[in-house]
Amino acid sequence: MAHSSYVPKTKLGRWFDQRLPIVRLVSDSFVTYPTPRNLNFWYVFGAILTLMLVVQIVTGIVLAMHYVPSADAAFGSVEQRIMREVNYGWLIRYIHANGASMFFLAVYVHMFRGLYYGSYKAPREILWILGVFIYLLMTATAFFGYVLPWGQMSFWGATVITSLFSAIDQIIPNLGTAITHWLWGDFAVGDATLNRFFSLHYLLPFVIAGVVGLHIWALHVPGNNNPLGIDVKGPQDTVPFYPFYTVKDGFFMVLFVIFYLAFVFYAPNFFGNPDNYIQANPLVTPTDIVPEWYLLPFYAMLRAIPSKLIGVLVLVGALLTLLFVPWLDTSKVRSCRFRPLMKQLFWLFAADCILLGYVGSQTADAAWHLGGIDFPLVWLARFGTLYYFGFFWVLMPWIGKREVTRPLPESIAQAVLAKGKH
Amino acid sequence: MKPALVLALAAMSVAASAEDLTQPQAPQVQSWSFDGPLGHYDRGALQRGFQVYKEVCSACHSLNMVAYHDLAAPGGPGFSEAQAKVLAAEAHIPAEPNDKGDVFDERGNRIMRSGILADHFPPPFVNEQAARAANGGALPPDLSLIIKARQGGPDYVYSILTGFNQHPPHGFAVQEGKYYNPFFPGRNISMPPPLKPNLVSFSDGTPATVSNEAKAVVTFLAWASEPQLEARHRIGMQVLSFLVLLAGLLFLSYRKIWHGKPEDPGLVHDLPGTGTEKAPVGDPDSLSGG
Repeated sequence: MAHSSYVPKTKLGRWFDQRLPIVRLVSDSFVTYPTPRNLNFWYVFGAILTLMLVVQIVTGIVLAMHYVPSADAAFGSVEQRIMREVNYGWLIRYIHANGASMFFLAVYVHMFRGLYYGSYKAPREILWILGVFIYLLMTATAFFGYVLPWGQMSFWGATVITSLFSAIDQIIPNLGTAITHWLWGDFAVGDATLNRFFSLHYLLPFVIAGVVGLHIWALHVPGNNNPLGIDVKGPQDTVPFYPFYTVKDGFFMVLFVIFYLAFVFYAPNFFGNPDNYIQANPLVTPTDIVPEWYLLPFYAMLRAIPSKLIGVLVLVGALLTLLFVPWLDTSKVRSCRFRPLMKQLFWLFAADCILLGYVGSQTADAAWHLGGIDFPLVWLARFGTLYYFGFFWVLMPWIGKREVTRPLPESIAQAVLAKGKH
Repeated sequence: MKPALVLALAAMSVAASAEDLTQPQAPQVQSWSFDGPLGHYDRGALQRGFQVYKEVCSACHSLNMVAYHDLAAPGGPGFSEAQAKVLAAEAHIPAEPNDKGDVFDERGNRIMRSGILADHFPPPFVNEQAARAANGGALPPDLSLIIKARQGGPDYVYSILTGFNQHPPHGFAVQEGKYYNPFFPGRNISMPPPLKPNLVSFSDGTPATVSNEAKAVVTFLAWASEPQLEARHRIGMQVLSFLVLLAGLLFLSYRKIWHGKPEDPGLVHDLPGTGTEKAPVGDPDSLSGG
């Protein structure tokens, strides 16, 4: 985007361009934008995420037209009105509810892709950090949204998560409780809590949209990273975004939508919890309070620590660690393709996250029975948590300096054309 | 000391091999007419199930979210509007205030009226306290969402309804006023066995066995939980067929743009680089080594 290649073709176009060069901006950003010619499948998730954000905002606005944010009426407004009375309300609700899962699925692929190819490294640190902010905002938005149907899991999930703030009592007595009550707007999760969560759930997606704008801006200044992790050296290394990546992103986007809608139409409650079809009841605690699948790894970390305060700090630390990744990785080479050791540690890290997710989905006292010996899963979570932090804070800085990397190709074009000849 | 230890160990090993009585058994998996992407509700089962609900379940369980007009809605039990009107008219609904503004008559009785299509199924008890008082302290849950609100869904509810025929295992204490049901969490259920052979008489000649009664009422409750299932399955096929077609077209465009020859019509790209480099853009996916 160093210089603009947009040339208005009509007189009106020229007139407009001199006053508000928005067509130029779109042309430079999504038409002529020079993109590395070797982006693979894993690079389509940015476009998919943009689509998911739009889908969630549009369906969410329609749902908000019919939803009643009140402890007495919320459950009925969803299960009776939206699911049964509003025309295609069931469809919009299932698209929105499954959309949240798909949004997280895509964001996790996007994040792991960034980790694998070193997309957080200079000069893309701000791009990565903005991405982490988007992820944190998504987590908050999803949490608020899950509370809105006011089912049992909504209510108890809200209670558990907001109660985490009471851990501050262990440092400053009563401060945590005061914060918790302030968050609730009452002495328990109730009407006031539901109303503010609804307000925030409506607000945050627009904040996300704003940060996504910054994220794309920060992407277009240095340009895309690529699977080789080497810089673009000239025009021979790139293709224009249109039509090469519009058609590619478009094709994979449609495949993703097919996958997504297969759940909406044929397994709409696959990601849901049956308990959330029971109206919230402050007097009945569900046997197992579990968050949605996309938060399970963090839930496992929280439960792995006996002290509530330290558990909460570990949970927060696990999320905030991501902000420091650009400086924790000391390697000069971006892509794991040329980092044999880091590649293995990366896959171990991916497996670790899935393992933590599995432990998070099990009951707190669950155990594996291995040849007559009970192995409590909480220990699995402890090892998993240790590796999560060890990966970022020990292995990344250390391996980066010592690892013998493979030789990098001279340029993207050279690598592409060399491979094309085979 | 020693024999006690041996006994304890023996007891532990027995307990390890025996069934864990604190946990419910897994539901019996049934095949349902509404299973799978082409599934739809068996109309006969829906109507029989409505009969079972009306004649048996509704004595204790409400079905608050279902209205009488739903009985005639597409994808539902398939009653005609006239039939649904008759079924509604049989119901006694607390009347709206009369022209004097009263909802109670001179004797203090609640004024009732017969139901109309817009009415929801009336609950058997006026409130939770009344329901508990009539059921030994237990609250019969509303059944509007019961199939979606239980792990195991229709199989679970079917297993509960048909699971009363088993004797409690030796040493299992059934609590006072409760019944043994191996599929219920804790295995002590407050609901007495609701179904018996020939409890209802089906007008279509289906034998009224416990299994048939349970199957019918579970189908009816599955519809009550998910009344739009048939529309969902149908629209899903239409939407996904369209998307598969669109994906096919996009795939062809994708192939043409990335692998097409520059002289192909519609393929004039201002690609940078020399002439020889123009032809193969290179397919990043076939190139990607991971």
